[in-house]
Amino acid sequence: MTELFANPWFHWAFYTVLLISFALGAVMGLIYIERRGMGRMQSRLGPNRTGPFGLLQAVADAVKVLLKEDIVPANADKVVHWLAPIVAFVPVLLIFAVVPFMNGAMLADLNIGILYVFAIGSISSVGIFMAGWSSSNKYSLLGAMRDVASIVSYEIPLVLAIIGVVILAGSLSTNEIVKAQANIPFILLQPLGFIIFFAAACAEINRSPFDLLEADSELVAGFHTEYSGMKFAMFYLVEYAEALAMCAIISTIFLGGWQGPVLPPWLWFLVKTFGMFYVMVWTRTTFPRVRIDQLMALAWKFMLPLALINIVVTAIEVVIWPTPAGLPWVLIIVNFAVAGILIVTWSRLMKYGWGRVETTLR
Amino acid sequence: MKLHFGNGLLKGMLVTIKQNLRHPTVTQYPEQRLNTSRRIRGQELVWNKTRCTGCATCAKACHQGAIQIVTATNTENNKYEVETYRVDTGYCIQCGICVEACPYDALFMGARYEKAKYRRAELVENKEQMADSLDRPVSGYFHPERAEKLPVQTLLVEKINEDRSKE
Amino acid sequence: MALHTEPFILNIGPVHPSTHGVFRIRATLDGEVIVDIEPVFGYLHRGVEKLAEQRTYTGIIPLTDRMDYITSMSNNLAYVLAVEKLAKVKVPERAEYIRVIMAEMQRICNHLVAAGAFINDCGAFFTPFLYMFREREKLMDLFEMVSGQRLTYNYMRVGGVSQDLPAEFLPALRKFLKEMPAHIAEYERLINDNEIFLARSRMIGILPKELAINCGISGPVARASGVKWDLRKADPYGIYDRFEFDIPTGTVGDANDRYTVRIAEMKQSLRIIEQAVEKIPAGPVISDVPKVLHPPVGEAYGHLEGPKGELGFYLVSDGGIAPYRFHVRPPSLINLTALRQMLIGWKIQDAITIFGSIDITMGEVDR
Repeated sequence: MTELFANPWFHWAFYTVLLISFALGAVMGLIYIERRGMGRMQSRLGPNRTGPFGLLQAVADAVKVLLKEDIVPANADKVVHWLAPIVAFVPVLLIFAVVPFMNGAMLADLNIGILYVFAIGSISSVGIFMAGWSSSNKYSLLGAMRDVASIVSYEIPLVLAIIGVVILAGSLSTNEIVKAQANIPFILLQPLGFIIFFAAACAEINRSPFDLLEADSELVAGFHTEYSGMKFAMFYLVEYAEALAMCAIISTIFLGGWQGPVLPPWLWFLVKTFGMFYVMVWTRTTFPRVRIDQLMALAWKFMLPLALINIVVTAIEVVIWPTPAGLPWVLIIVNFAVAGILIVTWSRLMKYGWGRVETTLR
Repeated sequence: MKLHFGNGLLKGMLVTIKQNLRHPTVTQYPEQRLNTSRRIRGQELVWNKTRCTGCATCAKACHQGAIQIVTATNTENNKYEVETYRVDTGYCIQCGICVEACPYDALFMGARYEKAKYRRAELVENKEQMADSLDRPVSGYFHPERAEKLPVQTLLVEKINEDRSKE
Repeated sequence: MALHTEPFILNIGPVHPSTHGVFRIRATLDGEVIVDIEPVFGYLHRGVEKLAEQRTYTGIIPLTDRMDYITSMSNNLAYVLAVEKLAKVKVPERAEYIRVIMAEMQRICNHLVAAGAFINDCGAFFTPFLYMFREREKLMDLFEMVSGQRLTYNYMRVGGVSQDLPAEFLPALRKFLKEMPAHIAEYERLINDNEIFLARSRMIGILPKELAINCGISGPVARASGVKWDLRKADPYGIYDRFEFDIPTGTVGDANDRYTVRIAEMKQSLRIIEQAVEKIPAGPVISDVPKVLHPPVGEAYGHLEGPKGELGFYLVSDGGIAPYRFHVRPPSLINLTALRQMLIGWKIQDAITIFGSIDITMGEVDR
């Protein structure tokens, strides 16, 4: 068996098939978790009719969407309109290449794995912008513009937030980062980094409270207003596959990935990923949506400086306590205190949005 | 505007996650049916043939013009008869004013609420269909003596029995 | 190099998730900022005022149900007050109490919808909305018990109410009164301190006191701007002078004030209902009124403090069985008059929030 996996072609084929089927299958699971979890938190039940406990609801929805008529607006740029879902979908699948399901069980153990994730991950916003631009719909365009703005802003705190982790682990490879968390998951050593990363990831994949590009109460459906049928399903898939990828990355770099007692490693990984997604559902259920200028203010005035401070604090800690033996309680307490104090004081200092704008065009 | 994050967000998140421990409010409709109000103004009218004198007060009271009533004298057995009594339930807005107007307690609201029809023509009901029968229960609207016979309304206030004053 | 930009026009509505019906805002946008708006309405016009001129005075009551379908009870009551003024009808004591209970229950009902929909417009994914609808459902159960319908009650009659309260009504209402404060506290915990919500609603869409008075704005929107004007105190109709309650007012007049005023008004309504339930006497519920009313020639204006503002009905009688002229003062429409001043300069997201905070029902705006 090991000899078979040593063959790069077999390795490539096996993991490609596995990852695509995992992504597509897990997306159904995510949709189920989201709808049931959210329903339960909203004092209702969620879908419970199709199949046992409503498990087949996502399948039924997929079949329904497949049978829908594909409508392309008359003024749309047809080629771009057609290409957009694919351009949005492919990079999301590529992210899974560096996600370790078990020790070394990944398509490619790149030594710059983390960098690769963010380099690839932001490409899907090109697809979203293509969708918004080509639909020739004002709502779509506004949504796509908001997406570009939020992606450009949130890439920076997103990447800066994990530099702390990289300093602690001493590697950019995702598998090495997981291995470095054998004693202690990095969420305890990097609470501030985790919070910033989580919030920025929510903004990056456009989940509430940062889901401005498909803000249903103001932009109808944002960039995919004009999409129907299979193309709409692709965007729906992108949305949840992105969420799955981000949750997988968060559980890899902050929650210890496949590390864990008793259960098999791949199960630990899945539990952590789905648990992270439940937190995302939880925040979506609770929070209202921020405004576009507040989104920008939050990225540039709040998350960026805090991420930089986090890097400095982590660097100092690494210098003072180079190799913590056992559980580094001092570090944990210091880090949580720093995170709490910084979040409270910094949010008091910053100005959150601009308010009314006096326009000259009247 | 100055805000400091954390407190309000966490408080809200606590409220939503606590909801998982509570009973959901919803009812699974076709399996579970709640009793409707005893005074429900259902989607049909029930007409009592023996009590109706054909005075047409209901037809005059109906501001929608949904009730059609034609009376004639039956010369054979020397009686005054209601020849046609027809209600177009498509026009009816279930306001119940006809029931209130009836001076002889001959007209009632129906208690059923599932009355979807496939064709518009089926919405017009004649006097045979409107007769007081078992498959057409009578609601207690404006007739308290009828209301007592109906089951007690299921109330959400009573269905979800949780004391939240402790929290 | 200055980038050449030009404003573009975005039609928000008539079919849009957040226009509360079929309202259309023709907004001129400079990027995301609103430069100018033009409200367009009339998509739901059903000609209620003309229809009413061909109906009997009793037959108009179901029509008023369908104007502002969220506050049917208040509409019924306002219309019936106008007819009673016109025909000089006395109302029995018990009926007055029932009317107060119903009107205040309806106010809670409306504010639950208004606050829930407003937070939903801020972007909270239906959670506060569904929590509030749960409590509204309990109230609608009670309305159904009394009147037989859940939305179009048609319960008030000239000279009283159509039927007496059923025996099981008051215990159920007491139960509701007992548990409602805990629910309101839950909404407050859920959203009131939420920083994102505060950032979205505070200092947004400020309606100055002077503008509110000049535009004739009434109800919670005016009170949020600091206008202490409530017809229940200013012109006590029915028996409102017998109850103790406060008029909550806002300070700034922003969207958040409008929300908090509504929440505070719900608490005051609970207070009024509690007092009414304590004092309600036995007796007849409708006075002796002919079935077909012929009011004397003349005119009358009956108004009340509806959940959305001053709701008035103006009736002119020529002595016949139908009014010669029937006119409505819809609070929803008149509260919209300051919309342009409130929206200009804000972003498109704020426009939705501000519009949601005014709380309108299109059925009443267009009639």
